[in-house]
Amino acid sequence: MTAAANVTETPVVRAPSAAAQRLRTVFRSLPVLAQYLISIAVALTLCGILVEVTGGSASKVMSALLDGSVRSPGAWGLTLSTAAPLLVVAAGTIVAAKAGLSNIGQEGQLLLGCAATAFIGTRADLPAPMVIVLSFLGAMVLSGMWAGLAALMKFTRKVPEVMSTLLLGFVAAQLTTFGLTRKWLLLATNNTSRVNNGEPLPDRAKMPTFTLFGNEVSWGVIIALVVTILISFVLRRTTIGFRLRALGHNSRTARRAGVSAAIVGGGALVVSGAAAGLAGGLWMTGGSAGDRFTTNVSSNIGWQGLLVALLARDRASLAIPMAFVFAALRTGSSFLAATGVDRRITDVVQAMLVLALLVPPAIASVQRRRRPRGGSA
Amino acid sequence: MSAFAVLGFGGSIFDVLSSKSTYSSTMRFAATLVFAATGEWIAERAGTMNISLEGMILTAAFTSALGSDLTGNVWIALLFGIAGGFLIALIQGVMSHRFGANQFVVGLTLNVLAVGITAFLAAEIDPVVTRAGIIRVPLLSRIPLIGEALFAQAWLLYLLYPLIPLAWWAVYRTRWGLDLRCAGENPQAADVSGIDVNKRRRQAVYVCGMCSGLAGTYLTIGQVGSFGADGVSGRGFIALAAVIFGGWVLKGAVGGAVVFGFFLAFGSVFQALGYDANPQVLGALPYVMAITTMILFARRGRQPASLGRPFVRGLT
Repeated sequence: MTAAANVTETPVVRAPSAAAQRLRTVFRSLPVLAQYLISIAVALTLCGILVEVTGGSASKVMSALLDGSVRSPGAWGLTLSTAAPLLVVAAGTIVAAKAGLSNIGQEGQLLLGCAATAFIGTRADLPAPMVIVLSFLGAMVLSGMWAGLAALMKFTRKVPEVMSTLLLGFVAAQLTTFGLTRKWLLLATNNTSRVNNGEPLPDRAKMPTFTLFGNEVSWGVIIALVVTILISFVLRRTTIGFRLRALGHNSRTARRAGVSAAIVGGGALVVSGAAAGLAGGLWMTGGSAGDRFTTNVSSNIGWQGLLVALLARDRASLAIPMAFVFAALRTGSSFLAATGVDRRITDVVQAMLVLALLVPPAIASVQRRRRPRGGSA
Repeated sequence: MSAFAVLGFGGSIFDVLSSKSTYSSTMRFAATLVFAATGEWIAERAGTMNISLEGMILTAAFTSALGSDLTGNVWIALLFGIAGGFLIALIQGVMSHRFGANQFVVGLTLNVLAVGITAFLAAEIDPVVTRAGIIRVPLLSRIPLIGEALFAQAWLLYLLYPLIPLAWWAVYRTRWGLDLRCAGENPQAADVSGIDVNKRRRQAVYVCGMCSGLAGTYLTIGQVGSFGADGVSGRGFIALAAVIFGGWVLKGAVGGAVVFGFFLAFGSVFQALGYDANPQVLGALPYVMAITTMILFARRGRQPASLGRPFVRGLT
């Protein structure tokens, strides 16, 4: 080391951070869309590496996923029908999120919705459409009340809804398990298997389908789209939606302006619970869940719907394509057995996608913060 | 059948409370919660409501099983577990306190990611776990009723005894701890006085990750002896409830964790003593108790003033 080298010591030490700085600047100057594409590409590459490291083949997994979700005959219909409950869960989550509340107990609420649908669907002796309407109403009331418990605790006893909704989910799981041990609740009257199963749903309680380009599509898709558009409209264009958003933006200002946090916020939680219940009804009657109630019938639909809402960053219009992507990963995963890769890789892909899409807006906000304000400085 | 009639029967409760195995079992279940609650307490004092705690424990439970599978050495498994918890903490800390992403969204995503990735890897690898040995501390383990519970356990549990005072000392008696508490109470004031608020919050989350690493390692190597994808099942959230129960004071959080440990253990102890109760009631008990205690105590506790609020320098 010469004396000259010592003079330049400081920049030499800072070189790696300068390089990182340059990389960050390059990343920031890219258009927003490119940032998203890069983030998604990185996330998918990481998942691919995970598959390769554990001895699978990423390209085979990719093609199996595409086969299962869209390429094989009839797959479109299945994927669309699976997207319906995911979309409804997401739409409900968006209502709570807009009011500044985090409902994360959808899995339990959806399970209760499934239970109510199964209970009413197997018992109500009514003509076909009435059974479905009645069972969906029952599901929405039960799940809405379950979320209402969390709202009650939040606004009377200040219990954080993040925790109460989730913990209530575990209680809901035990409740439905209990229901499956009693014939007057959910257990099938002639259950012979060692596992407790529910009574099979009669045909009149199942959601009818229509044929679209040779694909069997459940009418639930239409219901889900209508519900999402309705929720989006109420949030954007009505007084109640405005109050709700005001509460989410700044609860103190909203209260000063006369918005009751307990009624509007609690109502938002109840609506999000009811949506999860409706999703449970769609899932239960849609066919993909099997024809009877079991303890694990919800199979992560609630969690995945929640992720759809996060991915759409609380915009109902974006939730529609995102629900389709997640449904495609779900239906595609049933084709993974042939590749020898465990199907739960799709859970990893879903979470990685959500994480990846958090990065570009985060970087944009850092960028905004560092830029000097209005010519000062 | 009639769980409530049985629960109302005072004698059975007396039996449970006077049995040595109750206390041993309670400690085994509580240890995971205490490790996690200690870490979460530090993170919350710095202002992060760290809901990825669940994911941290789950990841650590898996990585420690992996370490045990690779080497069979408990120390290596412990290192793997701490690294696993730290990894999730790193993502949580950087995303929420450097990039300013919503901490609940990040935490929730990390929980789902942890569930997916550990279930996937466990299906692909299926790690075989070597359990940590049980060490009886002479003399102390012969204290009546609670001696065996506290001093005749898998030795990983004894890490609690230095950890709790250390955490207390670090938070209440060091400059770092003062900065950290200030970042949780009044970040604007902390910022003005020269504390890098988000850095302190990140560090607190990292510490929380390492504590959860201990929790996950204890769960796999000390208590269960294998990795189960659904083995954590809400323990992280119960530990979060313990911090609320404890009113954001360390001894309260630890006490709360032990109480919830008792309810987690209650089902198996109750049945082992020959009593009959509805399994679903016993299964729901820890969650119902966590909810009930929050109803009773969430309001009383003096929570850190800016708990869960992001810090952005400038006007707010």
